[in-house]
Amino acid sequence: MGHRTPLYQAHLAAGAKMVDFGGWDMPIHYGSQLDEHHQVRQYAGMFDVSHMTVVDITGQGARDYLRHLLANDVDKIEPGHALYTGMLNERGGVIDDLIVYKNSSDFRLVVNCATREKDLDWMESQAGGFAVDIRERPDLAMIAIQGPQARPILEKILCGEGGNAIARLPVFGFENVGRWLIARTGYTGEDGAEIILPDEQAEEFWQRLLDAGVKPTGLGARDTLRLEAGLNLYGNDMDEDVTPWEANMGWTVDLNDQTRQFVGRELLEEQKARGHAQLLGLVLEGKGVLRAHQGVHVPGGSVGPDGEITSGTFSPTLGHSVALARLPAGTTGTVEVEIRNKRLPARVVRAPFVRNGKTVYKPL
Amino acid sequence: MSETPAELRYRASHEWVRVEDDVAVVGISDHAQDAMGDLVYVELPEVGVVFAAGDEAGVVESVKAASDIYAPVSGEVVEINEALEDEPEKVNNEPYAGGWLFKIKMADDGELKEMLTADQYQEQIESE
Repeated sequence: MGHRTPLYQAHLAAGAKMVDFGGWDMPIHYGSQLDEHHQVRQYAGMFDVSHMTVVDITGQGARDYLRHLLANDVDKIEPGHALYTGMLNERGGVIDDLIVYKNSSDFRLVVNCATREKDLDWMESQAGGFAVDIRERPDLAMIAIQGPQARPILEKILCGEGGNAIARLPVFGFENVGRWLIARTGYTGEDGAEIILPDEQAEEFWQRLLDAGVKPTGLGARDTLRLEAGLNLYGNDMDEDVTPWEANMGWTVDLNDQTRQFVGRELLEEQKARGHAQLLGLVLEGKGVLRAHQGVHVPGGSVGPDGEITSGTFSPTLGHSVALARLPAGTTGTVEVEIRNKRLPARVVRAPFVRNGKTVYKPL
Repeated sequence: MSETPAELRYRASHEWVRVEDDVAVVGISDHAQDAMGDLVYVELPEVGVVFAAGDEAGVVESVKAASDIYAPVSGEVVEINEALEDEPEKVNNEPYAGGWLFKIKMADDGELKEMLTADQYQEQIESE
């Protein structure tokens, strides 16, 4: 038996098919992954993401510590805002990607569940010389509500302060309302919110969302939604041997402050000058499904594959397959993907593929 | 609980066969479609192709994964279920009816005896 979130029984009651996910028993779908995907794009769906690891960073040295630990600069956001970035090793490789929520003097990080142990170890190992307290918060649950109707529904059922927060939050803004953290963030390419709340209040809130017509959505649809939105998945699209430049995460690196020597900076600067592979989108217009690890051949490339798909799936919104692939810098036009001993043509595009329910990808 | 109709024969790799005179109608089991999740693409053999039992005959792909389909018996493909090109979800919704994949004109109906009965197949999936 794996770890269970406070919503385990609620998942079973909703007919979930449970699977092991990084040591947690989590719902992969509640009947149809495709229906759940469309529900989020067209109306609203909710995800139990309580398996994610929440870590509070407090103490006088919190800011300086995070400016050392993270590739993005927490100084560039105001309190009440969140920032997406990577925590890198000395080689510039991504130890994990995370969201940091900034309060006036302390911070909250949400990191992946499968990387929990190594993340916490790394954070501790980097804390020397900083007056900082690193505290995991296993007492907190997390529910993401996503889709065009997510915020209108939340405004209605939260009323009072919570509802006001939902109404006025900018994208990537958040507010602490009592013991809840309400953020306008997500992993689907739709508007919505992520709410971190005490374990013991999760089931009742889930039930209120259900009563308001928000459909439970499993990890299966979470993956197709994030891929359509061009959002990376740790372990697929990047890992400790891949730098942010090679994972379309350049926008999460801040090199502006020359005096800020964050972990991995030296190598990133070196690699930026030298050149590097890119993570680009692929669209398969014919039949078939692109999958992770399929080889990609570029025009005029070598005999072996020149690149590899890191994440691929059938896109329920577009009705054909899409993928993210690590390819030589400057790849454009049409490439060929090895699918079961055949080579099928795929278009190179700039991800995201879908945002706010609309097709948005641009051919390169 | 998935359905396993008693009148069909099964292959350990989850194909089923229904005999109509000398023709074997082939599909995948309810258990298999449930395990794969929503199907989005079915690649079928061409009519006229001749298979030996156990040959790769096609592929079914769900959102999650691709899975090979093997010819349960030897013979020539005489018909394919063209409706699946536009409606692969038929395999999920009616795996033993509208979700059939292809038909093989059997070269040796003795091969059917090598296949699993419904009880044997049920036993196998319960032990998986």
